[in-house]
Amino acid sequence: MSLKQLTVFVENKQGTLVAITDTLAKHDVNIRALSIADTQDFGILRLIVTDYDKAEKILMDEGFLVKSTLVVGVKIGDAPGKLSTALDILDRAGINMEYLYAFMSRTEKHAYVVIRVADNALAEKALEDAGFHLISDADVCKL
Amino acid sequence: MEKQYFQKEIETMPVEDIKKLQSEKLVKQVKHVYENVEYYRNLMDQKGVKPEDINGIEDLHKLPFLKKSDLRDAYPYGLLGKPLNECVRIHSTSGTTGKRVIAFYTQNDINLWDDCCARAVVAAGGSKDDVCQVAYGYGLFTGGFGLNGGSQKVGCLTLPMSSGNTERQIQFMMDLNATILCCTPSYAAYVGETLKEQGYTPDQIPLKAGIFGAEAWTEEMRQNIQNTLGIKAYDIYGLTETSGPGVAFECEEQTGMHINEDHFLAEIIDPDTGEVLPEGEKGELVFTALDKEAFPLLRYRTRDICVLTRKKCSCGRTHIKMSKPMGRSDDMMIIRGVNVFPSQIETVLLQEGYQPNYQIIVDRKNNTDTFDVNVEMNPEQFTDTVGGITALEKSLANAMKTMLGINPTIHLVPPKSIARSEGKAVRVVDKRKLI
Repeated sequence: MSLKQLTVFVENKQGTLVAITDTLAKHDVNIRALSIADTQDFGILRLIVTDYDKAEKILMDEGFLVKSTLVVGVKIGDAPGKLSTALDILDRAGINMEYLYAFMSRTEKHAYVVIRVADNALAEKALEDAGFHLISDADVCKL
Repeated sequence: MEKQYFQKEIETMPVEDIKKLQSEKLVKQVKHVYENVEYYRNLMDQKGVKPEDINGIEDLHKLPFLKKSDLRDAYPYGLLGKPLNECVRIHSTSGTTGKRVIAFYTQNDINLWDDCCARAVVAAGGSKDDVCQVAYGYGLFTGGFGLNGGSQKVGCLTLPMSSGNTERQIQFMMDLNATILCCTPSYAAYVGETLKEQGYTPDQIPLKAGIFGAEAWTEEMRQNIQNTLGIKAYDIYGLTETSGPGVAFECEEQTGMHINEDHFLAEIIDPDTGEVLPEGEKGELVFTALDKEAFPLLRYRTRDICVLTRKKCSCGRTHIKMSKPMGRSDDMMIIRGVNVFPSQIETVLLQEGYQPNYQIIVDRKNNTDTFDVNVEMNPEQFTDTVGGITALEKSLANAMKTMLGINPTIHLVPPKSIARSEGKAVRVVDKRKLI
């Protein structure tokens, strides 16, 4: 059920980020969600896109350093306290998160959270047992 | 005031007499080396030169050169000129690879080295009334022991501080009224800045002179140090291969360093052809040690580019003067006083599983050298967390520190992102303006 995240190395140079988004735009790849981890020297861009395979190929062709990372995507209600509930479940299961980011759906009144953990299966089971719906790559295309 | 010298008769000897002395010493030294150093004897035999062919300094050009690679090939004992049980000490260049040089000293070698440094201390105005703070590193590095020996020989009260621990340096300097400071110029500048931050004005600082060497520095930096510390700053030159600091030193004129010509015979050559160049021309500095017993290098190529001049000096010293080194005829860099070769970086990268694609960027900020290395990472090393990448950088920096003795800042960059010109990468970008 895990979700594929496209991870891109961003050199700390003028124009790198726009070169990445430009490449995706030219090939009609839509970005559903993103997060950037940045240091003084470099950034790590994490993307959830509508067409993973295509996005990976075109960025690699342009010479970008990319990597596929499996993350957990979970659907939560768009209301105060919903994120907290989901995180609490992971916490109780003793699961540490590396990072997370979230996005909203255009059509449904729902939010989606992308979570990076060491053990996806464990996190997914804990969330599903608590009644949460997970999302897949196929779901992302439809959102 | 009468001019002061440590060994007046030698230091102010008429040039003709110096040359005569050098000729006599050279003939003896070549004989000593030929008889005792098999490595050099082979080089002479290959060139078809016998000790009998050397009758004075005019025959020097007939002798073969020694290069750093010879020192490596002959490591560790191949260039020894005395039995090991007559040697009393070693010193070594920085770096822990095959580029390391170990130099040996007999007691007599150390005595003469101390004399050379003592001449530098007196030229900087030192006497037995001075307190001389030696803040060069003590250990394998020649700086600490060299200046320590010279300072003691002059009769200065010597503070063997070694390098680092600025707070303690300042405490001793102020409490014991240090009048002469010996260290690298960048450290002197740092000490000056620190004193200034602590609110000391130059007239509150007891120092009157500094003897600074082991790295390149500019006239501008000299002015800076002189102003902040309220001193006269003197340059000193040397290399482990020829003993250490004190091969040449500056006098009050501050227009170049007098080479201790009674011990060291200097030549300037064209680094490409090996041809000896006339006085005043810029080229590679070559030294022949005339008195050294344990490590008697003949025609050793320093790779330092400079100019020699024998203009009359107002200080009264007659020994030839060398300019500050203006560059290198090889790719060696001196970073924070440590010798670094790009090939060492390459070795570490290969050892650690990286491609040898890298770029070294050296700069000077706040009077301290910065040392950054950009390294292309392997695609499979790339991770989605910052911690993953910084851990790789740290581990590579540690491996380099082990090899080089100084810590670089590593920046991992994407594969194929380091500029290549005509298929060959620009490996070193030195932004320091040292000349």
